[in-house]
Amino acid sequence: MKRRSFFKASAAAGTVLPLTLNGMGVKAFEDSPLLRSLGRRSADGKVLVIINLSGGNDGLNTLIPIDQYSNLSKARNNILIQEDKVLPFWDRPAAGLHPKLSGLRDLYNNGMLSAIQAVGYPNPNYSHFRSADIWMSGSDSNESWTTGWMGRYLDGQYTGYPKGFPTATMPDPLAIQIGQMVSLAFMGPEVNMGMAITDPTTFYNLANGTTDPTPNTPAGYELAFLRLMAQQTNQYATVIKNAAAKGTNKSTKYPTGGRQPLADQLKIVAKLISGGLKTPVYMVTIGGFDTHSEQVDSADHSVGLHGTLMQQLGDAIAAFQDDIKLLGLEDRVVGMTFSEFGRRVMSNASNGTDHGAAAPMFVFGKAVQNGVIGANPTIPSTVTVNDNLPMQYDFRQVYASVLTDWFELPAAEVKAAMGGKDFNTLPIFKANKASLEDYIDLVSRISLNQIYPNPAVESTKISYFTESGHVKLSVFDATGQLVKILKDEWHGHGTYVVDMEVIGLRKGNYYVQLSQGEKRITEVLLVQ
Amino acid sequence: MDRKAFFESIRKASPSANLNRENGQFGPETLIAPEESNPGIQGLSGPKGLTRRTNTGTAAYKGTFGKDELMHLLRRTLFGVKISDYNVYKGKTLEQAVDALLNVSTTLPNPPVNNYGNLVKDPNVPYGSTWVNAALDPAVEPQRKGSVKSWFWGQMVTQSPDIQAKMVLFWHNHFAIQFLEIPDARACYVYTKVLYTHALGNFKDLTRAVTIDPAMLFYLNGRLNTKRAPDENYARELQELFTLGKGPNSKFTEDDVKAMARVLTGWSINPLTNPFSTAFVSVNHDSSDKQFSSFYGNTLIKGQTGINAGNTELDDLLTMIFKVDEVALFLCRKLYEYFVYYEIDDTVEANVIVPLAKVFRDSGYSIKAVLKTLLMSEHFFDSWNRACVIKDPLTQQVGFCREMELKFPASTDYFLLYQMYQMGMNFGQLTQLNLGDPPNVAGWPAWYQKPLFHRSWINSDTLPKRNQFTDYLLFIGHKVGSFTLMADVWIFTKQLTSPGDADDLIAESVSHLLPMSISAAQTATLKEILLPGGIPDYNWSDEYRAATDASDPNHTTAKSTATVKIQYLIKSIMNLSEYQLS
Repeated sequence: MKRRSFFKASAAAGTVLPLTLNGMGVKAFEDSPLLRSLGRRSADGKVLVIINLSGGNDGLNTLIPIDQYSNLSKARNNILIQEDKVLPFWDRPAAGLHPKLSGLRDLYNNGMLSAIQAVGYPNPNYSHFRSADIWMSGSDSNESWTTGWMGRYLDGQYTGYPKGFPTATMPDPLAIQIGQMVSLAFMGPEVNMGMAITDPTTFYNLANGTTDPTPNTPAGYELAFLRLMAQQTNQYATVIKNAAAKGTNKSTKYPTGGRQPLADQLKIVAKLISGGLKTPVYMVTIGGFDTHSEQVDSADHSVGLHGTLMQQLGDAIAAFQDDIKLLGLEDRVVGMTFSEFGRRVMSNASNGTDHGAAAPMFVFGKAVQNGVIGANPTIPSTVTVNDNLPMQYDFRQVYASVLTDWFELPAAEVKAAMGGKDFNTLPIFKANKASLEDYIDLVSRISLNQIYPNPAVESTKISYFTESGHVKLSVFDATGQLVKILKDEWHGHGTYVVDMEVIGLRKGNYYVQLSQGEKRITEVLLVQ
Repeated sequence: MDRKAFFESIRKASPSANLNRENGQFGPETLIAPEESNPGIQGLSGPKGLTRRTNTGTAAYKGTFGKDELMHLLRRTLFGVKISDYNVYKGKTLEQAVDALLNVSTTLPNPPVNNYGNLVKDPNVPYGSTWVNAALDPAVEPQRKGSVKSWFWGQMVTQSPDIQAKMVLFWHNHFAIQFLEIPDARACYVYTKVLYTHALGNFKDLTRAVTIDPAMLFYLNGRLNTKRAPDENYARELQELFTLGKGPNSKFTEDDVKAMARVLTGWSINPLTNPFSTAFVSVNHDSSDKQFSSFYGNTLIKGQTGINAGNTELDDLLTMIFKVDEVALFLCRKLYEYFVYYEIDDTVEANVIVPLAKVFRDSGYSIKAVLKTLLMSEHFFDSWNRACVIKDPLTQQVGFCREMELKFPASTDYFLLYQMYQMGMNFGQLTQLNLGDPPNVAGWPAWYQKPLFHRSWINSDTLPKRNQFTDYLLFIGHKVGSFTLMADVWIFTKQLTSPGDADDLIAESVSHLLPMSISAAQTATLKEILLPGGIPDYNWSDEYRAATDASDPNHTTAKSTATVKIQYLIKSIMNLSEYQLS
């Protein structure tokens, strides 16, 4: 059997402790490490911390469109956050945060938070598994990719990995994930670039050089021996342990350890970064977002399952960011949240919400342009059980922005990491070519004047205005599926009217979306 | 950080419950204190830090014989337990189960064949035919050696659900030879035939057969042992390694070694037969009397002449040796270390080894009798002795193939089939068990070397490779030509009771693949694979239903998603340290 084959065995499966990343041992690789291009390294030392809100986060109760309250109260009265409790953005009172996200609100007030409205992808899938795969891989909804967006990025950066690794310039894991499966996000063309630390306990043990207790029996004795060997065997165990020993936490804002897994995970991440670990990407996970029932307490909608999660999320991020600042790492570290989908506009009878589509993302850190990208979602006046928010931004635009403006990747390599597709960046980072202010100015460049008749029975006319440029006019159904593209072409300055047949369309709400560049305007069309 | 609080947070973070086994893994509460944590791992050399031992002995086990007990019995006596193996034994009483395990086939396995014909031409043996009786041909000897080694591994992976294969490995370790040292692959095969024939037979008969086995006569120089130039090699190992051991009560003398060598003079090999065979050359035999020490009761073995001299004196010799109590004690200790645990303290010696040795002697060295007593004993089922054997590489690797019921190429596709066996054999070699080629005549250190014993299987090189083996066959597969040997995780999964229930799938997989229960936190992380983020269990049920219902509109994507999740679940279970234990 070929050594390469052995080697691929572990690599393809991803590295999961106690499996050694490269079990053959460095000495087993007879080839000298490949010479790699070290030309572009201005992004050296930059770190992205991905926070996975697993289960599907209710975006409408996270980043709340305050100007939609009358329609929201019809759609989700039993879970809607009481309006006076919402934490509005100081400069943007039409939008606000969940009352328990004071941590994020404070980041916003300190100029460290970019909130992106209604991020999703065309033709949403409502399966946790499928949608998570789409987010991790960066594929279209109807594609199944076996590589992940971060895996493709890292594969481009660390050619030949894992052969010859660790190297002098990259002695550390390329990506660390706390979780049992190495995420599809880290899967490269041939091998997984990530190292999964199976669970927070293992992470804790590894960072502290301890092992779990075992029973006082012969089996317990052998198990303790095996666990110790497993820990010592991981070639990255030493670097992680050393980084943890060398690193420190300076923030006093972390909650008491052992109660909030996300804060505990982020605390160790901060410690590892401060300890000099060169790993550029971390992924941590907080579960429990699949709030089909008891999402909120019936008396106070700001508490309950989702309130607890919001509190943990906001407090953990605030403490982490505080720590990063105190550790002098502000210029090197940003964080990003994502969830496999948002939740349905209409709540269910169990004080919960079912699987939905687009939802907000947050990117935080000193490097971001503070603000909210995109308009508040438009909530129809009559919402049916299947209605979903249409996406305003493709999640891959956020990924492309991270790669372009944070990791400073040239456009061609961003495209390669995005699987050969072009996605426009968003003004998330200060390094983006556009400023958020410029971007907001674009709002006045287009407008959806009128849809008439509305409700429509057979056909309707859509009137819109645009400055000259490429304009797209699309119609989504209430579940977020793209129904038709009415226009997708260059327009001169002026007002346009387009006819739209609605015969044959199912009755219900539709979203008419006008876009030019990254500016999007959405209106509701009711078909009867 | 407070460790308990940390665990608690993980438990809370995931709704999955602590899935205990039906009977509780460790049996009577009095024997273990699960809350007690190890005082440390300073005692790496052995469980010296353990404050208690057990007093149980060879009396028949009278407790519950439930799933845990049956799985314990099967894990220790098979190379991995297929679900179908378990089903064969389920419902049997302990005695019925042990009898069935010991009731091995008397038909020998089909011999190794020419699997190399499409690479190297063997003028005497067509592709697919056996070479074991064909003329020696140095040009294809390396291919035949490869053939017999791959075949040997194949015998393990195709074992029937009884103790024979495990005992063949025991005897291969006990009467160790190195195939690489034997210049004739046919003799290597004949040697394995001896092991298969006598694996569950009579120890004295086996010792006799091995003593004059052509490969052994070659390996330990018996063929060179003549009256003019006696060679003491075999005579020494016969006592020191094969029958009496090196313990304090094994007090044979150097003169005994010399006398024994003289008894064995004349045994040789006839290289002209196909395969080469044992021959007794009476002119090389020392026909004078041989006097043994007081350790052997001052026995005098009368010198014989003629063609039967060798046989007669060998019989006398074995009769003398097997009169010594230490023989049964020595063998019982080795069986104990192989089947129970490597630590033999005074209590175990008195309560287990001594009575077991008496059974062995009283039965005239019946291997079945001694194994039956051991495998039915309260000591064997003592919770103290569960899950404490570190799997040897074959048990780990062949065990994986059997647990996952890997589909090997058709038995007539000799090339591919042996390629797959060879992959297994090579992995064994990389993890320090090169079947057919133990490090030396003493066998593998893990089965004799104090103080590490089984622990010597595990080091920073072998442990990752063990994990790679399971990962490799779960995710990549061993590909030769158009054939890929790879675990189809559905074969295992579909035999479970309710794999559409995430908790049941995890609990059943764990209880089948691991010898001990795992913590709630470990269970929670496994559940995270199936149901990330703590999403409700019906998500897995729906996915499983769609994955297993070809008429479901989402069948294809659901099957691919579910497959990956089950692969990762099994991988993760097998990457746990607990999987290395039996």
